[in-house]
Amino acid sequence: MSLLPSRPAAAIHPLAVRVSHWINAAATIVMIMSGLQIHNAHPILPAPVPDAMTIGGWLGGAIRWHFAAMWVLALNGAFYLVHGLSTGRLRRKLLPLSPALVLRDLRRALSGRLGHADLSLYNGVQRFLYAGVIGVSAVAVLSGLAIWKPVQLGAVTALMGDFDNARLVHFAAMAAIVMFLAIHVSMSLIVPRSLKAMISGR
Amino acid sequence: MTDNETSYVLKLAAGRLAPPTRRLFLRRALGLGSLAMLAGCDVTDGATAERALDAMSDFNDRVQAWLFDPHRLAREYPAAMIARPFPFNAFYARGASPTVDPGGFTLELTGRIGNKTPWTLEQLHALPRETQITRHICIEGWSAIGKWSGVRFSHFLGRVGADPRARYVTLRCEDNYVTSIDMATALHPQTQLTFWFDDQLLPRDYGFPMKLRVPTKLGFKNPKHVVSIEVGNDYSGGYWETYGYNWFSGL
Repeated sequence: MSLLPSRPAAAIHPLAVRVSHWINAAATIVMIMSGLQIHNAHPILPAPVPDAMTIGGWLGGAIRWHFAAMWVLALNGAFYLVHGLSTGRLRRKLLPLSPALVLRDLRRALSGRLGHADLSLYNGVQRFLYAGVIGVSAVAVLSGLAIWKPVQLGAVTALMGDFDNARLVHFAAMAAIVMFLAIHVSMSLIVPRSLKAMISGR
Repeated sequence: MTDNETSYVLKLAAGRLAPPTRRLFLRRALGLGSLAMLAGCDVTDGATAERALDAMSDFNDRVQAWLFDPHRLAREYPAAMIARPFPFNAFYARGASPTVDPGGFTLELTGRIGNKTPWTLEQLHALPRETQITRHICIEGWSAIGKWSGVRFSHFLGRVGADPRARYVTLRCEDNYVTSIDMATALHPQTQLTFWFDDQLLPRDYGFPMKLRVPTKLGFKNPKHVVSIEVGNDYSGGYWETYGYNWFSGL
């Protein structure tokens, strides 16, 4: 390879992935904060969440945000999945994935022996978290559809165990995404090169 | 309008509302300010955001009208699942519901309707009766299964010669509540002009003398204490719709 004329190394994250990542980040945050405001109108938790964690100002305002951002989230998410599946990128990045690999890399990470020399290669923990958050996001979208259209999309609502249960599933999926974000944002700050790579591509 | 004038008008408007609604109204006015702070920009940009959200809400009206299948029915439940007591909800506190004198009451009809003769309660009660046990879903997130009986709304609209090609049906209520629905939903087989609740004459808290039960829409599109029905082509919005709730609000 060294005999070939030098050409710039391929980006760690292609432009399409970076743009889609940041659109998703913004849409997800709006969905979570407006969703928490909607939650506060009839809380599942023992008490409403603090206003600082919400947007929209009140139930009606929050629903306007939620039902606007949902289109951004869904269209961008569909683009990301079609792109990832058609280019084979999702398969290359996230597979193989096994419990043994996840546990091995989790142990290495906790004992400080997990290297990040090649940012284009995801370790077992990353593969598990990234595949997991895609799956959980799909559950959030499905349970959201079940709540939004329990008559027109009655089959989806039935799949979620009817309306009230769909609300619990939707909340649980949100909570799982928040947990993912806590880990994901922490890791990107611990390894700032990974944050830079998601902005500039390298 | 200057800022002073705007704030004067807002306060004046808030003063005319019942306390819970007044709180919501002022909270929403404040929400605009906190939103502007969040975005790190002035209120002009907040207004721009509100306009964008208005446009998205209009877009969502069109998507929902397109998604609406006039033949798809809301799920019916067994009687054992009926919520008792059924929750009370209104834009005022329990006990403040209007009192309607059944003897002197007439339902007024206006707009694109062939026979606008007002209906007495006795005449309405004599119409063919249907019963549904369906889930009432509130925009706040709670839901409750109830049992409603009355006349199929499409039957009533046919009887009075309402124009089925008109776009909107507007319902005005004794407590000054108002909402409007699309004609497709008005003609849906489960949309019901309701006079009985759980086999009893519709109680005052649940909308005496009649409510419109629309199991394919959120609870606030199910007006109680209905006193007049208008059929027409001009958008008439509604009480909560004015505050920003999505107009179609279909389920």
